[in-house]
Amino acid sequence: MANDYIIDIQHLSKSFGGVKVLDDINFYIRRGEFITLLGPSGCGKTTLLRQIAGFIAPDEGKILLEGKDISGIPPYERPLNTVFQRYALFPHLDVYDNIAFGLKLQKLPADEIEKRVKRMLKMVSMTDYEDRSVDSLSGGQQQRVAIARALVNYPKVLLLDEPLAALDLKMRKDMQLELKEIHRKMGITFIYVTHDQEEALTLSDTIVVMSEGKIQQIGTPIDIYNEPVNCFVADFIGESNILKGRMIRDRRVAFIKHEFDCVDEGFGEDVPVDVVVRPEDIYFTKDPAKCQFKAKVNSCIFKGVHYEMWVDTDSGYELMIQDYDPYEVGTEVMLYIDPDDIQVMHKERTRNVFDGKMVDETHVEIMGAEFECLPQEGLAEGDEVLAEIRFEDVDLLDHQEDGVVAGEVHFLLYKGDHYHLTILTDDGYHIWVDTNDIWDKGDLVGVNIAPKAIKLSKRND
Amino acid sequence: MKKFIAKAYLWILLGLLYAPLVFIAIFSFTEARVLGNWTGFSTQLYTNLFTGNAGGGSALLSAVRNTLLIALIASLVSTLLGTVAAVGIHNMKGRSKAAVQFVNNIPMINPDIITGVSLFLLFVFPHFSQGYVTVVLAHITFCTPYVVLSVMPKLAQMNPNIYEAALDLGAKPSQAFWKVLVPELRPGMVTGFLLSFTMSIDDFAVTFFTRGTIGLDTLSTYIYTDARKGGLTPELRPLMTIIFLLVLVLLVVFNIRQHRAVAKSQAK
Repeated sequence: MANDYIIDIQHLSKSFGGVKVLDDINFYIRRGEFITLLGPSGCGKTTLLRQIAGFIAPDEGKILLEGKDISGIPPYERPLNTVFQRYALFPHLDVYDNIAFGLKLQKLPADEIEKRVKRMLKMVSMTDYEDRSVDSLSGGQQQRVAIARALVNYPKVLLLDEPLAALDLKMRKDMQLELKEIHRKMGITFIYVTHDQEEALTLSDTIVVMSEGKIQQIGTPIDIYNEPVNCFVADFIGESNILKGRMIRDRRVAFIKHEFDCVDEGFGEDVPVDVVVRPEDIYFTKDPAKCQFKAKVNSCIFKGVHYEMWVDTDSGYELMIQDYDPYEVGTEVMLYIDPDDIQVMHKERTRNVFDGKMVDETHVEIMGAEFECLPQEGLAEGDEVLAEIRFEDVDLLDHQEDGVVAGEVHFLLYKGDHYHLTILTDDGYHIWVDTNDIWDKGDLVGVNIAPKAIKLSKRND
Repeated sequence: MKKFIAKAYLWILLGLLYAPLVFIAIFSFTEARVLGNWTGFSTQLYTNLFTGNAGGGSALLSAVRNTLLIALIASLVSTLLGTVAAVGIHNMKGRSKAAVQFVNNIPMINPDIITGVSLFLLFVFPHFSQGYVTVVLAHITFCTPYVVLSVMPKLAQMNPNIYEAALDLGAKPSQAFWKVLVPELRPGMVTGFLLSFTMSIDDFAVTFFTRGTIGLDTLSTYIYTDARKGGLTPELRPLMTIIFLLVLVLLVVFNIRQHRAVAKSQAK
């Protein structure tokens, strides 16, 4: 039902200075929906919002509003309004004139303007503030004025660019509830941008999780939380234990060297997978019959509502558990996981694969650099090859200049007994590494690969 | 003792600075042609100045009129040009921005005499007839960079989203400029305007080279010619006294306003 979509985004792409900020974005927004674009900074969510608002033109693709392409229409002719990150109120106008700004441009009669402004002031509980200068308002009050200023024009869609980011925690929580209430009362479609996963889970009907210019997952907050499609989503939304696993057959999965029943089907038999278990879904038990594996409590911290514990399993993995009851450090505990609570995901990749070219018999060019390899039979200089490197065979060095290529730690996941890192090289290549060493996001590293770890095969045969 | 010396130093310094002005003010109340002779108290020079019976006839008054008119036109046009230029420069990025800012600074550092001679050559070369128009154009040339310089910081302080917010609420780019940008930049524009105005009134070198031969005089060129003819017209003494008092009043008002603005922003 195309009529149900107020906004339909098709094949939207945008680059800034050669860097792809948005890469073939496709999704639609239903009328009256509260949709959140969620992702870490630099994922392209703000760029996407600014394209919908009309401040940036897309390189490719279309933005359809009620079926009509609006990509070529300037922002002042789009029936959309924006609430900006730092409010962007007009400092030379008082509260009333700020809110009336859009209506005055439409040349509405004065009594109509007054009626609508007063109604909006009431909606955001700022009735007595109409003569105040905006500089004299607190952050939360300024934000209310900004929301009123946008909504007073009765836009078809309200765009909100991290509107609560500048407020303190308590105020943010209050405003979240108020925003939800305003959305309910006005019935207008809201597109909300944030990097705060909790805010997204609280507010949204639908969440669009973005990373590096691509949509990772679209779904309801419950879907996204309970059934993340990949490690990025699982790690970004809430706390999670992400572990290497193996699907034995339908409804049976192995990880942390134990076998568990689960509810996932259709992965095939004996297939490597990733497994997500939320820390609140691992249960303590006193009943040996229920116990699936044993562990020893390693640390226990009070977090307000619950305790956060790290345990070492009998098979040598570290897991995070959240529970209302604390267990003392050193306690041997029995644990089990419900089949429902095990989320099995396809592995995005099982090894690094690069396109390469033979330089000579013992050298291959991959990632824009020359690596030494074992003497290759049947491969001649200039041959195009595929180079495969296992995650654990990549060596990371403290000093960038010691490596064959230099890069930085771009993303990291703890997988219970090792770290899975994404390294972004200076030339823009991604290389994935399994390591026991501790690195931080943003660390500068040199990358080296032992000659025997590079497996080469001819391309196109 | 130390305190006394410090105070005395200050007063001597102030005395030396202001003595010439006080001297002129005192001698504006006597009729003697030669500065320094006291022939008894009289307000005759003031009367002459305002009735047009000055020594140079109406030439002095017309010079004053020219000065003010040129300054007004030049600083109005510069304020407009400079503000638009500042917005443009502000929206540029990286190297080109730095380059344009550097180019903007050159006319301010360049000695007036060089600006004057080069403008003279520029106007003479295509046989452009010199007079009022060329003087105004020349003044706009050297005033505009000062406006750019006083508007730029206001742009930097401004929330970058407010222009977009105006567009978002339905304002066309020109409406957003007048309704949102200009009110935000007004303090910078006023500073730029006042700077241009005083620079224009003050200018001698550039005016001298661009006024041509039609006998156009501003105050500075009039005084220069007058002094060379032998002795200053006595009516210049009350004129200078009045200008000085006007500037003093303006300065005091300006300071009080600024003081109040600071106090207001601290009270918030």
